[in-house]
Amino acid sequence: MERRIRVLLTKPTHDCHDRGVRHLARRLRDGGFEVIFINFLLAQEIVDAAIQEDVDVIGVSSSSGGHMVVFQDLMQGLQRAGVDDMLVIGGGVIPDEDARELQTLGVKRIFGPGSSAESLVTFIQENAATS
Amino acid sequence: MTVEMSDSAVFAQRILAGQVRAAARVISMLENGDPTADEVAARLFPHTGRAEVVGITGPPGAGKSTLIDRLVCVFRARHRRVGVVAVDPSSPFTGGALLGDRIRMSAHASDPDVFFRSMATRGHLGGIALAAPAAVRVLDAMGFDVVIVETVGVGQSEVAVAGLADCTILVSVPSLGDGIQMIKAGLMEIGDVLVINKADLPGTDDLRRELSGLVAAARPEQQRPPILLTRASDGDGIEALADAIARHFTRARASGALQAARLGSLRSELETWIGLEAGRRILEAVGAERLRSLTDELEGRRQDPGKMARRLVADALARGLEVERASDQHKLHNTF
Repeated sequence: MERRIRVLLTKPTHDCHDRGVRHLARRLRDGGFEVIFINFLLAQEIVDAAIQEDVDVIGVSSSSGGHMVVFQDLMQGLQRAGVDDMLVIGGGVIPDEDARELQTLGVKRIFGPGSSAESLVTFIQENAATS
Repeated sequence: MTVEMSDSAVFAQRILAGQVRAAARVISMLENGDPTADEVAARLFPHTGRAEVVGITGPPGAGKSTLIDRLVCVFRARHRRVGVVAVDPSSPFTGGALLGDRIRMSAHASDPDVFFRSMATRGHLGGIALAAPAAVRVLDAMGFDVVIVETVGVGQSEVAVAGLADCTILVSVPSLGDGIQMIKAGLMEIGDVLVINKADLPGTDDLRRELSGLVAAARPEQQRPPILLTRASDGDGIEALADAIARHFTRARASGALQAARLGSLRSELETWIGLEAGRRILEAVGAERLRSLTDELEGRRQDPGKMARRLVADALARGLEVERASDQHKLHNTF
């Protein structure tokens, strides 16, 4: 059976800006990925879900601020759990300056406002570990 | 210096030690048909059979995921470790899937005694992923006391989950249609516990009357399942549901029905695998090229697919499943 890329797509529970991330969930499904969608309160919940679901990609949407703490905790949590083979990407409202800093933490790409769903699908296809 | 172990032995050892990451990875490998995962599954098999497997099925929107979330709360309060495998359909067009059951499970997000795994059907019919039984056994071997399998039921797929589970819970909701739908789908023969969720909605009493009439007609009195009312979003009726599940297991164990049913489903799993393995190997022996050339016959409607398949299979078996040599190609082709 052929291997499928699995993507965990998530946004903070309190963040009601879910139109974008829901649209992406459908577009990624149409792109042939298996998409697991959750809300989170703490970054550790993303780590636990990503491990249980054995995903290739973690996509975090944040449109109400607080993204720096979330990504810092997420990257630390993954490191603590010994996970180094998942592609972490972000989206939503994240200023360029923050995006640059996040990339130094290991976040592979931030898809800001105006990014196309196609570019995300292509990015995942090209960058998700397919061992 | 430790003795070097094969990958499958290492994976099996880690799973038996309860390592979540190893279990999650092996479930993916099982889904992908990785031969190493088959080896792991074989090593784990003697350690399985302890978990109580509970199947939960019903139409989309019946509240299955919410019900499971609440049921997990009750099981956890009773100090039981719970694994969940939630199966959703893959798109037949793109192969992608949107697995949304986990979103209802946030209360257990970081509970180490709860393991939740979303699984896509990947084109396997019956609403159950082909890898689901093996995934359930991974969780069983890890030491989870209860493994819940959730599937969307829209007809016959409920029957498939009943084959996998020791206790099948059929969830229905008021106002979805009349009882003829359920007779049609053969549902009345399979549920061990019937649940009417969203039982504050109008039509609940009608549905209960209808269900009890249907099971009364379909099964002898001592085999009739209890019909429970729940309102999962508020947690109403969930304790009673957990009790009904426990009673089912007590009875089924005492009567020997549990052991018999498990053996039955292992046998039918064996038959499924024989069919798949045989099909794969025969297709391999026939070869892609010959298959392509035979489609001309189909196009000209000179031979029907059923007859062609029977001849190809007989032919492949006669040759001992050896891959056809190019020199035979012409001769064999002419026999069709």
